[in-house]
Amino acid sequence: MKDIILEYVKNEYLDEDEAEEIGLDENTPLISSGIVDSFSMVSLKRFLERKYSISIPDDQATPEAFNTVKSIVDLVLRFRKDA
Amino acid sequence: MAYPGNVQEAYRAELQSIRDRGIYKEERYIHSPQAAGIDVEFPRGAALQQVVNLCANNYLGLSSHPEVVAAAHRGLDERGYGMSSVRFICGTQDIHRELEKKLASFLATEDTILFPSCMDANAGVFEAVLNDQDVMIADRLVHASIVDGMRLCKAMQDTYKHADMKHLEQKLQEHQDKRARLIITDGVFSMDGDLAPLDEIVALAERYGAMVFVDDSHASGFMGKTGRGTPEHFGVLGKIDIITTTLGKALGGASGGCVSGRQEIVDLCRQKARPYLFSNAVPPPIVYAALKVLDILSASTERRDKLEANTTFWRQGLTGAGFVIKEGDSPIVPIMLFNAKLSQDMARDLYAEGIYVIGFFFPVVAAGQARIRTQLSADHDVPMLATALEAFKRVGSKYGILGLDKKGIIDKYGL
Repeated sequence: MKDIILEYVKNEYLDEDEAEEIGLDENTPLISSGIVDSFSMVSLKRFLERKYSISIPDDQATPEAFNTVKSIVDLVLRFRKDA
Repeated sequence: MAYPGNVQEAYRAELQSIRDRGIYKEERYIHSPQAAGIDVEFPRGAALQQVVNLCANNYLGLSSHPEVVAAAHRGLDERGYGMSSVRFICGTQDIHRELEKKLASFLATEDTILFPSCMDANAGVFEAVLNDQDVMIADRLVHASIVDGMRLCKAMQDTYKHADMKHLEQKLQEHQDKRARLIITDGVFSMDGDLAPLDEIVALAERYGAMVFVDDSHASGFMGKTGRGTPEHFGVLGKIDIITTTLGKALGGASGGCVSGRQEIVDLCRQKARPYLFSNAVPPPIVYAALKVLDILSASTERRDKLEANTTFWRQGLTGAGFVIKEGDSPIVPIMLFNAKLSQDMARDLYAEGIYVIGFFFPVVAAGQARIRTQLSADHDVPMLATALEAFKRVGSKYGILGLDKKGIIDKYGL
């Protein structure tokens, strides 16, 4: 799951050489570093919902929950369990 | 009346937090009309300083142009100060309709509807013409007012990487199941001064059955050989479904904006766009002045030609002096400094030299992309810009950044 989400973040938000430049990994801050902002976060949320057949309520799609791929994986796992 | 202490405390804490983050906006008092040279009181209470203004959206120098001011006076005398009404009750004068028609003709669209501002146009248009069967696909760097307008609309939201046509195409393919697809972009991006590739965007829109929306606020009046904006610049005049723009920048600089485009879209805005329905008509002096501006621009390209010459001089001067600038064709010329503190220090020193500029840093621009944004005007002249350039060289030299590339500046000052 981690690799799939990392791949999505790379393609959706970064240019080809950027990912390497910043050394993108599961702990790279996405929101607080400005790679993803609240405006562009919508597509990531939709991707997760589709890919993992979950529904993330808006009040759970917080900047903190989406700040790293690691926290995103935790969020997805939590909602999968709830389902 | 109740203003609970805990609420007041929370407000004070929030204000303090804005100050602590270094993003508290201080307003500077200008004691003269808007122009290339202005008298500024800063810090508050200090003696007035005459400075070269390099941060206004007064691209064509029409904000205080005598003919525009005279037209506004005439509007005031002949049609009064305000309408005390929204448009559909008793706020529409013949001149409102005349201006709408003239704007449509100028922008090469089918019709136009005036709004109190372009912020209001952007806030109202999406909700008026799209529903939950549709998708809005926006460039990630569009203006904040577009982001707000999209949030008020029930259509699905999506974004593409800034000016990345491959990514936009991917998104268009992904959303072929939607009733309507609307590609949304600025014509000229206000922080970088770069242009959306409208020729490529229109080609993609045709291939994938999408409509195109362009906010041309930083282009109307001067981009393109006759100032019709970025659609003219890219040879796609008449092919944009929705243009929003402002009367608050090149086209007079006061206020007012519009949605211009397909007949049905304009008509739907007139029936449904909430900022249009629930705010007053544009005041008559502004309407008269805007009509005069369009007359001036239709009679001659002199002012946009001078702006273009000033822009060329300024871009070449800065590059020649060894600054890193964002390349482009627009009169928005960002001088890249990358480090936030450096952008603030240099802006302060330039002010002491009589040059009024603002340093921008995260979150207004991306992290590590701090800059001083300069904006040219037809009201500037070459001697004035040459003086400003000398000041930039002195300050650039003081900080040892002349001739350094991005890496050099970052190595010296960090991000």
